[in-house]
Amino acid sequence: MSITGTVIKYQDNVDTDVIIPARYLNTADPKELAKHCMEDLDKDFVTKVKTGDIMVAGNNFGCGSSREHAPIAIKESGIACIIAKSFARIFYRNAINIGLPIIEVDTDIADKDEIEVDFSAGTIVNKTQNKSYEFKPFPPFLQNIISAGGLLNSLKEEGATNA
Amino acid sequence: MGMTMTQKILAAHCGKDTLTAGDMIMANVDLVLGNDVTTPVAINEFNKSGCDCVFHKDKIAMVLDHFTPNKDIKSAEHSKQVREFAAEKEITNFFDVGEMGVEHALLPEKGLVVCGDLVIGADSHTCTYGALGAFSTGVGSTDMAAGMATGKVWLKVPSAIKFNLTGSLRKNVSGKDVILTIIGQIGVDGALYRSMEFTGDGVANLTIDDRLCICNMAIEAGAKNGIFPVDDVTLDYVKEHSTKVPVVYAADEDATYDQVIEIDLAKIEPVVAFPHLPENVKTFSEIGDIKIDQVVIGSCTNGRLSDFVAAAKIMEGKKIAKGIRVMIIPATQKIYMDCLKLGLIEQFIEAGCAVSTPTCGPCLGGHMGILAKGERCVATTNRNFVGRMGDPKSEVYLASPETAAACALTGKITSPDTI
Repeated sequence: MSITGTVIKYQDNVDTDVIIPARYLNTADPKELAKHCMEDLDKDFVTKVKTGDIMVAGNNFGCGSSREHAPIAIKESGIACIIAKSFARIFYRNAINIGLPIIEVDTDIADKDEIEVDFSAGTIVNKTQNKSYEFKPFPPFLQNIISAGGLLNSLKEEGATNA
Repeated sequence: MGMTMTQKILAAHCGKDTLTAGDMIMANVDLVLGNDVTTPVAINEFNKSGCDCVFHKDKIAMVLDHFTPNKDIKSAEHSKQVREFAAEKEITNFFDVGEMGVEHALLPEKGLVVCGDLVIGADSHTCTYGALGAFSTGVGSTDMAAGMATGKVWLKVPSAIKFNLTGSLRKNVSGKDVILTIIGQIGVDGALYRSMEFTGDGVANLTIDDRLCICNMAIEAGAKNGIFPVDDVTLDYVKEHSTKVPVVYAADEDATYDQVIEIDLAKIEPVVAFPHLPENVKTFSEIGDIKIDQVVIGSCTNGRLSDFVAAAKIMEGKKIAKGIRVMIIPATQKIYMDCLKLGLIEQFIEAGCAVSTPTCGPCLGGHMGILAKGERCVATTNRNFVGRMGDPKSEVYLASPETAAACALTGKITSPDTI
């Protein structure tokens, strides 16, 4: 599976409080959350983001609160994938659990670059800069969760739940 | 090859003799936790998946602590949803307004976590219980839903950084200064994906409240968990609060660590973490004249009895500075009652502070002390991110209860040593 999109770039330590401020956590509605996505870091995000865009960031993306509202807001806003040098661990598992593709790799991708991500090959082609990067695909354990469409589906397939 | 203390607890919870860092496991959980912000999302996932009953009604805890007593209609709807789900599924450990407290102060106090447990919580500060020699870690709402349905969690076995503690803390320095100093040293991703295992002769000199505070902020260094070895201090605390049987695990002698960091507790000074990251830690020799508007003493980090005793000692017989607001928020009803019995609440009110029923409230910018544009707050909470306590142009400075109390008296960022 591969996707092509335009990059929206952020820096290190993007925390979940700026991804979705707590003043909006009185709703769990993805559409409401998406209206305020990235508001305290980049108030223009909601107007500039297009479905299929790719978010790229530095170290420790998604640090702070465990709020799943953060990856939900990003996914609902149309972001197809997040690429970061590293992810905070709760954000990482939340993204996998809700089926938002994330890739951990160090690149020099810039804001507004056009990139193509091939998940099965583990490659990213930067069409703007004429470069490519490789990343390690998920271990099979996590691949199963993603291909099942999220954690609860994968557990259901294994018969681990009472559903 | 030997295992770390964390790896031994994880091995015991997935039926393996040995584990190595990087292994992926499905582990059995002893407790699944959620609050009024994260549980509604978990309930929606739980229901969507077609699950009917929970894996164990005694092994789930739901605490309505974030936006409670409810601040608005939407948050009241969330609390109602959790309340109804808890009633329907007969969740034993459901804590509503009147008996709830800030979850990570409440659960140890209620004896719901003991040594050797594996706890997951849909709240990032679930790592607090490492202070009791348990493995505990923050997860998301979908993990909570899966945990409620199956009693299991997927985990990647972490490697560890060992912190070898020696010596003892001096006057006016407490657990908060220890963890802030460490985060200042290793950075907000310094322990990313890893365990922070605290060990050494200095452990015996730390109270259980110091240890809870230190483990609470392990997440602020990116860690999966923080953990202390079990000693008499731990066992005394657990026996006093719980009827559950503690299971004691210790790191193997030949356990391997990514890094060993020496911390001389005697050398730690009062510190403050400046906006907008917990790693921006300064000692008072580096701090100039900074006027503040508000002080908050409370939270899962520093809302325990010893925190209020320490703050009251600094503030004894004095008034807070003119023009600032001081919020005192005991983290549980028991802590509130103990403060009352000790005369601390009267003392805080006489000094000019506002005292609140337990809530996470201002820590995450929920309610009970939101900051306006340009305002500054010294807080004993755990995060100082942009907009954390209110307007994106407001500022949060993280400090110990001793330092926060000193700041309350002067209206400026002030060392408790100068009071």
